[in-house]
Amino acid sequence: MAERDEIEQAVIAILARQLLLPPEEIARDALIDDLGLDSLGKVEAIFALEEQFDIAIPFNANEPDQPDFDFTSVFNIVQGVERLIAAQTA
Amino acid sequence: MRRVVVTGIGTVNALAADVAGTFRAFREGRCGIGPLGFRDADRLTVRIGAEVRDWRPEDHFASNELPLLDRVAQYALVAGAEAMAMAGLPPGLGPRGGVILGTAAGGIQTWEDSYRAVFAEGKNRVSPLVVPRLMHNAPASHLSILHGLTGPVFAVSSACASANHAMGLAMQQIRSGVADVMLTGGAEAMLCFGGVKAWEGLRVLAPDACRPFSLGRKGMVIGDGAGVLVFEAEEHARARGARVLAEVAGFGMTADAGDIVAPSAEGAARAMRAALADAGMGAGEIGYINAHGTGTLANDRAETAAIRAVFGAALPPVSSTKAMHGHAIGATGALEALACVLALTEAVLPPTVGYLAPDPDCALDVVPNLARAASVSAVLSNAFAFGGLNAVLAFRQA
Repeated sequence: MAERDEIEQAVIAILARQLLLPPEEIARDALIDDLGLDSLGKVEAIFALEEQFDIAIPFNANEPDQPDFDFTSVFNIVQGVERLIAAQTA
Repeated sequence: MRRVVVTGIGTVNALAADVAGTFRAFREGRCGIGPLGFRDADRLTVRIGAEVRDWRPEDHFASNELPLLDRVAQYALVAGAEAMAMAGLPPGLGPRGGVILGTAAGGIQTWEDSYRAVFAEGKNRVSPLVVPRLMHNAPASHLSILHGLTGPVFAVSSACASANHAMGLAMQQIRSGVADVMLTGGAEAMLCFGGVKAWEGLRVLAPDACRPFSLGRKGMVIGDGAGVLVFEAEEHARARGARVLAEVAGFGMTADAGDIVAPSAEGAARAMRAALADAGMGAGEIGYINAHGTGTLANDRAETAAIRAVFGAALPPVSSTKAMHGHAIGATGALEALACVLALTEAVLPPTVGYLAPDPDCALDVVPNLARAASVSAVLSNAFAFGGLNAVLAFRQA
């Protein structure tokens, strides 16, 4: 099972690829909207996370409050991925 | 410049396989969305759509015709036959008749079946008819062959605006004198495993229902079907004593030249203004707008802003019939043109069903849930596609 640090690194690496930024410029508590990720960047990042961790992320671009998966910050994404991995192995 | 009128309409869609049934559903505010029933649907995350139910191709086509016909062509041919029967045109139109039909995905089921055969099942050959089945112009060409229309015939593909672009171009052929009669509209049969799987990735499909302009909306729901309309030069129609359903009064098309998926209120507003100008109408003449109204956050907000920018304080009623027939992608504008014909000929505004509560970002009279009796003399029909392509038609009482 992936450790939190490993998940965090992967999340940051995936966001960095979408944003064309060096990973060290993405803080672990950065807000996604502040990073300037657009709607297509979001769905591409979610796809990359699903492929990397073999999970299904319940994210619908039409729900502003994102009740099923909180994609608002790096920290919340890491937590969400961690929870989905745990639910799978439980 | 010649005036263009509608003298026949036909359809196959999730609500009904004919115009009468579709109009009844529009009046009743019936929803055609349900669980998906095709092969491998259980492997999808989103499992609802507006499928054409109980479709039996063998009821419509001989067994030697079917190998050439993807479902997208079947729907177009059945809708086209109804429209031609209603128009009652004399035979022998030849080069004075044509077909311009929209489709976004063409014969996608044929692509899917053939790839499944060679990749998943390890077969080394596919049907020799795969190419003529899947080409985007197959529905238009079959209509041309069946009805002997030898003038301008081609397919138009602009994603969700395909049918509106097709109808706009068809109108222009008649106006300019190139043809007297055009079969036009759109056909789509994207409800197959690969079609929905592709849409799923964008995270814009609703898992439960299509609720355009409503608080609590969760996105679009895909539909299948075809709408075919007979456009005819007014002088040609009057001379033969045809029943004229409506005038195709104007057409406006614009491109956002911005984002590949995010809509622009400015581009949409320009298209509506262009359609009004082309029709020589003021905004005040419009009594109803059939919205693009996909039920996504982005479209419905941008479209509301565009409508408010064009119409100011005098907002006409606006409804999205996609909550009933689904988003039929390249055919949707044709189904929505039928809703406009209903409004003009029977003084009924079809409702926006599935509506829960007003969204402050979508402050419009959306004719929520129940059809409304209202006499209108002119209407607009909006289509705003991925790729930033906007196509708006204006219809007027004939």
